[in-house]
Amino acid sequence: MGNNLETAAHPENLRRVAIDPVSRVEGHGKVTLLLDENDHVQQVRLHIVEFRGFEKFVQGRPYWEAPVMVQRLCGICPVSHHIAASKAMDMIVGATITPTAEKVRRLMHYGQILQSHALHFFHLCSPDLLFGFDSDVAKRNIVGIVAAYPDIAKQGVLLRKFGQEVIRVTAGKRIHGTGSIPGGVNKNVSIEERDYLLKDVEQIVTWSRESVGIARKLFEQNLDLYNNFGRFDAHTLNMVRADGALDLYHGGLRARDMSGKTLFDHYDYGHYWDVIFEDVKPWSYMKFPFLRSLGTENGWYRVGPLSRVTQCDFIPSPLAEAERKAFLAFDGGKAAGATLGFHWARMIEMLHAAEVIRDLLHDPDLQGTDLVSTGERQERGVGVIEAPRGTLIHHYKVDENDQIVRCNLIVSTTHNNQAMNEAIRQVARQYLDGKKLTEGLLNHIEVAIRAFDPCLSCATHALGKMPLEVELLDAEGGRVDRLTRSSSGVFE
Amino acid sequence: MSDTFQLDGATVPFEPGQTVMQAALAAGHYIPHLCYHPEFKPHGSCKLCTVKVNGRTTASCTMPAEANLNVESNIEEMNALRRTLVQMLFAEGNHFCPSCEKSGNCMLQALGYDLEVHATGFRHLYPDRPLDASHPDILLDFNRCILCELCVRASSEVDGKNVFALAGRGITKHLIVNAESGLLKDTNIALSDKAMQVCPVGVILPKRVGFSQPVGVRRYDQRPISAQALDDAPRQTDASGNCEACEGSS
Repeated sequence: MGNNLETAAHPENLRRVAIDPVSRVEGHGKVTLLLDENDHVQQVRLHIVEFRGFEKFVQGRPYWEAPVMVQRLCGICPVSHHIAASKAMDMIVGATITPTAEKVRRLMHYGQILQSHALHFFHLCSPDLLFGFDSDVAKRNIVGIVAAYPDIAKQGVLLRKFGQEVIRVTAGKRIHGTGSIPGGVNKNVSIEERDYLLKDVEQIVTWSRESVGIARKLFEQNLDLYNNFGRFDAHTLNMVRADGALDLYHGGLRARDMSGKTLFDHYDYGHYWDVIFEDVKPWSYMKFPFLRSLGTENGWYRVGPLSRVTQCDFIPSPLAEAERKAFLAFDGGKAAGATLGFHWARMIEMLHAAEVIRDLLHDPDLQGTDLVSTGERQERGVGVIEAPRGTLIHHYKVDENDQIVRCNLIVSTTHNNQAMNEAIRQVARQYLDGKKLTEGLLNHIEVAIRAFDPCLSCATHALGKMPLEVELLDAEGGRVDRLTRSSSGVFE
Repeated sequence: MSDTFQLDGATVPFEPGQTVMQAALAAGHYIPHLCYHPEFKPHGSCKLCTVKVNGRTTASCTMPAEANLNVESNIEEMNALRRTLVQMLFAEGNHFCPSCEKSGNCMLQALGYDLEVHATGFRHLYPDRPLDASHPDILLDFNRCILCELCVRASSEVDGKNVFALAGRGITKHLIVNAESGLLKDTNIALSDKAMQVCPVGVILPKRVGFSQPVGVRRYDQRPISAQALDDAPRQTDASGNCEACEGSS
């Protein structure tokens, strides 16, 4: 078995196994494995087979349309794109937004974190985690969870519902609202709306705390599996507040290498391109970002809950901070570096989101009426937030006629592209190599992908650089011919 | 006492010179329409208001009211034709409601909901219609134009400016700006013009204020267009001064 597993030396003689589609993730992707005659794995790739073109068709549109248009990238965390684009447009209109506008947006965003994390843990992943990775596939789904663990299922549904209600109150709709606009928001939170959310928020905090307990218990019961499944070392990228605290709405960029050495800290994301660049590979619509100082091959990194919770200096809410410390201390710190540690970190963030929502609801600024501000018009705007799945970058250039002329989106899942590939290659080495493949074994690959909570529909933006590979196969599946177009447009 | 005609079984009074549409709206009866506007002369281009008059189809906004006409409007045959017309309008332009700032305030969208148009039904033409963003305060998004000519009429008849016109024929007919450069910045249009207020869809827009109105308070969020079109029409009162279409009237 090769070490790298990205590209087999002689793919023409290998047997191909595909997991298509990868299930219980957002969007459409597939995994291909190439195996030799002894079932040794020679190549593993996560392919993103769908294509989105938002960076292209937002061009020419008026800038105030972007926060509403680009959120259509996704139906799971549209608020992330809605707010990231709004932050970029704040720069375009030269605005320093009012306290009311920032707090309404924060409320919207933390509602989004709560609902998305609940959806992922309970609806998408709990079947693997509670039944076992290779359990009966007929029951390994949310319906099976409802039958076997009705209280946990109900808790997950109601946690998500509360997050969706927070979004509805702040954005006007549960999905694809319009609340955040360039320079601020278009509505505040009324007393009635506040009280409607306040009546349930303590229960939500309690359930979120219990959810962290479920994640911890999974590790305690299966220590070796959870610590080592798909484990690999990675550099990290995340945003932190000026004092180093976890902040999912605003801050500076922090990158650390896999030894823990800080590469940059509190970096102004308005110039992200000086520290992050994107590579294109011929077999995926998803780009491969890397830290420029470490280069194309070695500069890939991990984003999302695991990076955020382990790399922030503290979480600015007491219950979540206590859980963060327990997570970092667990089993000598091993869980904090585990691929399945994503789940635990995600639940800690969900608890933090519940605490933040509770505290914001008691803030009278939510009822303020100073909603929008403007300033000196700018040509370029960059908006960055920590979305549920990781750092999200929106970058726009707007001309003097108010039309968008350039757009670049680096989406959370795109940051994790290489990391996800590393995880599934590690799982292939650990569990699949040399064995007869079964559904349960192949599900191990999907379990590793799901840990990242990828949103594949959000992540595919290589427009204009689309690589293409065409294979001609004979009746037995052997390759007769192959034509590729590289990202530079050269056919080989 | 005025003459009357029959509309879907109801007796509708009318004054001399009124059209079927004007008399119907005045009496509180809604007939779907897009290019009709109570402040302008009837145009008869969108055909949404097509009704059957004594068995023959005609546009109710241009059909003079006459005594004893038998008008059929809210019948499945007419509503099916209207749904088809709305579907064609959606297919001819680029109407992306999800990201349109006129969503919730758009008559075409509201009519689509009211007529229960659940799918477009025709292959979309996806015409290439670049925006005119040249004016510092006003944006023209031709993608959404339905050729109702309300802006043409408002600019000409009310503003006295002739900023807009239609050019081309058939499927190539399109809205143009009446300037040598073809650009809005080279006209004398102003934000306060009537032409800024009459577009039933999202073509003529003031810049930098899109989406400032929250979901829930936009015009068609609360009541369907069939209920609201009557708000704009002058009411016909009975002999005792009561309007039968108005809330609280006896």
